[in-house]
Amino acid sequence: MSDLRDLYQEVILDHNRHPRNFGALDDANRQADGFNPLCGDKIRVRLIVEDERIVDIRFEGAGCAISTSSASLMTEILKGKTVDEAKAVFQTFHDLVTGKTEGDLATLGKLAVFAGVSEFPARVKCATLCWHTTQAALDVNSKSEQTPVSTE
Amino acid sequence: MNASEAKVAATLDVDAVRAAFPILSREVHGKPLVYLDSAASTQKPQVVIDAVSHFYETTNANIHRGVHRLSQEATDAFEGAREEMRAFLGAEQVEEIVFTRGTTEGINLVASSYGRANVGTGDEILISHMEHHSNIVPWQMLCEQTGAKLVVAPINDDGEIEMDALAGLLGARTKIVAVGHISNALGTINPVAEIGRLAHQAGAVLVVDGAQGAPHGAVDVQALGADFYACSGHKMYGPTGIGVLYGRRDLLDAMPPYQGGGEMIRTVSFEGSTYAPVPHKFEAGTPNIAGAVGLGAAAAWLRGLGFNAIERHESDVTSYGTSRLAEIKGLRMIGTAKHKAAVLGFVLDCAHPHDIGTILDQEGVAVRTGHHCAQPVMDRFGVPATSRASLGVYNTRADIDALVAALARVRELFA
Repeated sequence: MSDLRDLYQEVILDHNRHPRNFGALDDANRQADGFNPLCGDKIRVRLIVEDERIVDIRFEGAGCAISTSSASLMTEILKGKTVDEAKAVFQTFHDLVTGKTEGDLATLGKLAVFAGVSEFPARVKCATLCWHTTQAALDVNSKSEQTPVSTE
Repeated sequence: MNASEAKVAATLDVDAVRAAFPILSREVHGKPLVYLDSAASTQKPQVVIDAVSHFYETTNANIHRGVHRLSQEATDAFEGAREEMRAFLGAEQVEEIVFTRGTTEGINLVASSYGRANVGTGDEILISHMEHHSNIVPWQMLCEQTGAKLVVAPINDDGEIEMDALAGLLGARTKIVAVGHISNALGTINPVAEIGRLAHQAGAVLVVDGAQGAPHGAVDVQALGADFYACSGHKMYGPTGIGVLYGRRDLLDAMPPYQGGGEMIRTVSFEGSTYAPVPHKFEAGTPNIAGAVGLGAAAAWLRGLGFNAIERHESDVTSYGTSRLAEIKGLRMIGTAKHKAAVLGFVLDCAHPHDIGTILDQEGVAVRTGHHCAQPVMDRFGVPATSRASLGVYNTRADIDALVAALARVRELFA
């Protein structure tokens, strides 16, 4: 059942301590902000998208271990994917963390470590903030100002 | 104080107090519940639960309108609870006690009714940097409606109001000063009487957010110099959805009604209506009658325990908690006021509050994590959120030990 180690797997703890693709992305042509004010989680995702393919993606911000590691692992898996592929991964990931399905773990790769989140309903919003933020960035074709995304 | 009151005031029988709360015997994730979230909502003693069910089982009817027996008994129970709250808050007259849904509604009532009648363009409303959102947003809304200005007194690094700065911000334009009695995020006990003296010198009225004040110490609205004092039933061992606003009689008499409807009128015609006298003028619609009865029972129960004993006990557990938490590596307390009560707010260098909350919950320890409806406080201390263990009359040193042990699990995972 909901053992803490199911939630806080080593991969998650590692990506929380050493987030990958963390920092600014100067040449980004897409970006969006995410903010969960109740938790205090804040994230900015920037991407370089060329010919509908994610050439580069980085994030900045501060949040809990689930939200930070989710963003870190997300950037790893999304780099090189097409926009449509990225959206499909998000859907599978969303199903995984909300316990709707075991998901196609093959397409999720390391993201499968987030399966434990479904046992902690209060933490689904932490795991999905970066994804909703990325989706908002992909849906907008410019750096124009927009209201930060929230999953609360 | 008579001899028997002196006796109950001497010490608190914590085992007996704990036994009065049925919920404390339940388990969470297979561990005994350690409830450290009383600043969010306190648990309810059996006497309160019984008062509410007894009302529904034996007395339930609408109040102030029926000639039948039940309606009269319900009215007596409701008005009896009002008298209980008058005594609890040290008000002079029972007409000064208005039933509300809670502290938030009490403050909104003052902002809406007193505010719109007495605050205009260029006037100022003074609050402090440590206020709960419910003592910020109603004033912001009033400012938007009237053209008044919201002025904020700063707090220092310990989480105390900078009194010199507050005095300097008061002036002829200040119409309302609104401060919390005890800060929900920091635990600071504010020098309300002194703030009231300064406010009155400047010709302003003092509004006190008493949500955290009412459960932790004897409140005397007259000694505090509070013109308005708002509190919530559910934070003082009573039901949710009921609270009380104390207002000085002459102010209440002069204020326009808050909401219109039944109960608050004397006569109604299409040409115009006349209003009921206070406090009913401010109680439109059928109130939360059973809630008020439960709140009265909670107030009587607290007074029976004696606030001297409650304060002594809670102060012991608070200082024990403060020193135990200080032993934890990488822990920083948020809120270190000299005078503080029942709130232990902190951040850990290795883990985000949200992760701490989840891990503690797995150990059966309930704390609040997040901004505690006090985002400006989080900004002031440069943190996105804190973890907060807050105490009630039923908490013991053993609960603190459980908290510290659970925090050791956090460090195991994250450090």
